[in-house]
Amino acid sequence: MRLCQVETVPFTFDGVTYRGVVGETLAAALIANGVKMVARSFKYHRPRGVMGSGSEEPNALVTIGRGAAAEPNVRATVQEVYSGLEAFSQNAWPSLKTDVMAVNDLVSPFLGAGFYYKTFMWPKAFWEKVYEPVIRRAAGLGGLSGKADPETYEKAFAFCDVLVIGAGPAGLMAALVAGEAGADVILAEEDSALGGRLLAEVEDIDGLPAMRWVADVEARLQAMPNVRVMTRTAVTGAYDQGTFGAFERVDRAGLKACFWRIVAKRSVLCAGALERGIAFPNNDRPGVMMAGAVRAYANRWDVATGTRVAVFGNTGDVARTARDLTDAGIEVVTLIDAAAGEHVIGTKGRHGLTSITVDRNGVVEQIEVDCLAVTGGWNPTVHLTCHMNGRPVWDDAIASFVPTPGAVPDMVTAGACHGVFHTMGCLLDGAQIAEAVVKTLGLKAKPVVLPDADATPYVITPVWSVAGKGRKWIDYQNDVHVKDIELAARENFRSVEHMKRYTTQGMAPDQGKSSNVVALAVLADVTGRGIPETGTTTFRPPFVPVPIAAMGAGGAGMGFAPQRYTTSHAASAAVGAPMIEAGLWYRPSYFPAEGETNWRQSCDREVNMVREAVGVVDVSTLGKIDIQGPDAAALLDFVYSNTFSTLKVGRARYGLMLREDGHVLDDGTTARLGENHYVMTTTTAASGLVMRHLEFVLQVLRPDLDARVISVTEQWAQFGVAGPKSRELLNGLLDQGVDELPFMGCADVTVGGVRARLFRISFSGEMAFELAVPARFGADLYGALVDRAAALGGGPYGMEALNVLRIEKGFITHAEIHGRVTAFDIGLDRIVSLKKDCVGQAMSRRAGLLGGDRAQLVGLKPVGDVKQLSAGAHLFESDAEPVRVNGQGYITSVGFSPTLGVMLALGFLDRGRARHGEVIRMVDHMRGLDAQVEVCDPVFFDPEGGRVRG
Amino acid sequence: MRINCPVCGERDRREFYYVGDAVALDRPDRDAGLDAWDSYVHLRDNPAGLTRDLWHHEAGCGAWLVVTRNTGTHAVSDVVLAREVVR
Repeated sequence: MRLCQVETVPFTFDGVTYRGVVGETLAAALIANGVKMVARSFKYHRPRGVMGSGSEEPNALVTIGRGAAAEPNVRATVQEVYSGLEAFSQNAWPSLKTDVMAVNDLVSPFLGAGFYYKTFMWPKAFWEKVYEPVIRRAAGLGGLSGKADPETYEKAFAFCDVLVIGAGPAGLMAALVAGEAGADVILAEEDSALGGRLLAEVEDIDGLPAMRWVADVEARLQAMPNVRVMTRTAVTGAYDQGTFGAFERVDRAGLKACFWRIVAKRSVLCAGALERGIAFPNNDRPGVMMAGAVRAYANRWDVATGTRVAVFGNTGDVARTARDLTDAGIEVVTLIDAAAGEHVIGTKGRHGLTSITVDRNGVVEQIEVDCLAVTGGWNPTVHLTCHMNGRPVWDDAIASFVPTPGAVPDMVTAGACHGVFHTMGCLLDGAQIAEAVVKTLGLKAKPVVLPDADATPYVITPVWSVAGKGRKWIDYQNDVHVKDIELAARENFRSVEHMKRYTTQGMAPDQGKSSNVVALAVLADVTGRGIPETGTTTFRPPFVPVPIAAMGAGGAGMGFAPQRYTTSHAASAAVGAPMIEAGLWYRPSYFPAEGETNWRQSCDREVNMVREAVGVVDVSTLGKIDIQGPDAAALLDFVYSNTFSTLKVGRARYGLMLREDGHVLDDGTTARLGENHYVMTTTTAASGLVMRHLEFVLQVLRPDLDARVISVTEQWAQFGVAGPKSRELLNGLLDQGVDELPFMGCADVTVGGVRARLFRISFSGEMAFELAVPARFGADLYGALVDRAAALGGGPYGMEALNVLRIEKGFITHAEIHGRVTAFDIGLDRIVSLKKDCVGQAMSRRAGLLGGDRAQLVGLKPVGDVKQLSAGAHLFESDAEPVRVNGQGYITSVGFSPTLGVMLALGFLDRGRARHGEVIRMVDHMRGLDAQVEVCDPVFFDPEGGRVRG
Repeated sequence: MRINCPVCGERDRREFYYVGDAVALDRPDRDAGLDAWDSYVHLRDNPAGLTRDLWHHEAGCGAWLVVTRNTGTHAVSDVVLAREVVR
């Protein structure tokens, strides 16, 4: 019921249209419309209503929106109303009022703590197939839509001198003092408005309504350019070196939310306090609410939570609640003073509270009410102080936990979150703490005139649970009641961490914000230990739920990884070449010609084209590292296992790089462009790794070397031109002839006046060149190369053909040098020079990495009926059973060779080099292949290398 | 986590690539023997307390850094260029 006339807009809840005020919470709007029951509980499907008025709400979780944009488990106490808002209840079928799973509540005596562990023990096989699916279907709150989230999220960094967390009286004062001292301040407030509890209470500051003071401070803060006020922003976690996570609900068209990482030199936690309940029988009916929330709805939102309200509690808030409600015109039926031994011992009303049973020191009466406001006291919101292993300490004066000072480096606490429970104290605390904080930053606070405010002392008589029959709920979100905790203790789960896991107390999305302290007080009582000795469970980030979509903003779909495109990409795409990913790069797989219906036809044609005429391939994705300096040669001698200082200017050489543990790191060709100038080629996959490795060697292992390295992969577009007609193609295109360039030679040339580098190197076994130009000329050069190739009966070729060409020649890639192979395994141990030191040399000489029974690189071709080979298949002796213990090796690469008319494979086989000619068995259990294969040399084609020399 | 790069200033740890113990600085001679090499390549302490790590400012200046930090508190007490340490 609304307490005043307001302008409203329509919204729906479970399909029924109601009217609410823009900006008020959905919970306020539902209460105003008389909707009491808003949810079913997690385990027993009990009817539940709104309990609180903030993000700690345990009951009122709803789904907002429908279809792909539906967002489950939104707290109705946080969601703001807008015109057309659609909200749905959760965990109920077929409807909220008639929920068949409510049968769980009738059999609840059998479903207590540890029920799953005891009941579903056997038969073991039933767990995965029967029990778990049933339990999963029965339990749970809102569901995901299963569709891609169409909303947009952002993530961002922010920096400040002082981060003030929470904008109640302490936080406002702290931000004001720090801001006026000249510090860069961020004031982060979870609510849509500043004020904290002042938004919900009736209090005066300096003789005027407190919100006038709040508005005044807000205006002063907004006027300061060094202060940033962030509302709807919950600080979710405290991390190392002053880093904080924060979740901002933006909810504007085009942007749903933003996940912030805020880096602060200092932080002031002014997170306030959360009200706790009292465990009494059937204290979970819709209409039983926190007293602070009842006041918030009346005072802030002008909404009555009932027409006949009773107030039950153990602090001065009982009288305060009665006063505020009476002033608002709401009938307060009775007050039950728990501090004086008066208790509520029962409630009635299936879908909404109708009456309570009150025991006043033996005098029992039933009173008709439709709302019961309960307070068991306040718990400081210590959560963030515990995120870096801090443990709060018990404070008898407020019967709750307060933060341990210094629990988070450079964070101090002020106001209610460290136990100061009246406005005057919070204002003073905020000002004094901020003064001290800015001093540590070398700033001086301006003198503050503290306003006059309420200073009524907080007096509490702890009451956790009352006697009486019936379930006394503690954790509403996970349906944990007093008996569950008693049972846990009886079954020896007496440690608070064990009790938590056995009962699931505090393990729901609200993390027990309103229930944990009551739960451990009950545990302390049952075990006969005090609360300080019982201790608390661990508070972990995030303080409020953060959607993965916000944390991973920008990472959905193609945002998952950067895309790198070559200069020939557009040309390849234009002729319909399918692209495949190579690291972050996209490379053409094959170039379908007219009439070709599958990739194999294109691949075979491209292989034949290179072997018979000429092919063009973009090899720009290979890593290119420019190395210069007087010690460039010495650096290469140290990082490569073979020698580069002896390489002549104008020549290139194959190089093999080892890791320090003696295994192969990478390979590639490196050319000497000048006396002190080399350009290194790495594989596409390892270019970043090799660059990091070179930096490590230069900075750490050999700082004595005078050399510099820089990646030039992006700066040069490089194309392979391979085939018997490659010379013919290049002659006439280059400004110089290429006939004089020897195999493994390199030269500076020009193409139409553009400076270029020409290398005579081959990855196909054919006479081949690679031509590199500054990347801005790449697209033009590629077009010219392809045109000239076409005129010679050739054309472009893709990764499939490139792979077949190299397999035919036994050239290795990272399929072979996969991190577990040594130079010995690939038959290259003779090139590991022992005349000099190099990375990996010492360890590569270990006995286990040389000789013996190690698997060695071999070629394999089918000789039986099965002609299909597959990468990943395992190798066995021909008559051996194909089981793991008989394994003798595996296949790393396969391809159909149109040149030889058969499928070829490279792989590793125990003692393989000595077994050429032997017929063995290849088995691929995944694909159901079982083939007889002959072991042979890995070089299948032109083993003498006559073609490459021309 | 923040690391104060001596070249670039304080940056988020996402700019850095973590490598491992700074024992990698103390490369043995090539004929130091397999025990020394085994220790250098494979054996690492797992201290509860101060540790020296190597980090690479890969998304920054490219410097290799020796970061001294406490595995218990995550406090970073010192960041220096690896180049300066080995000199």
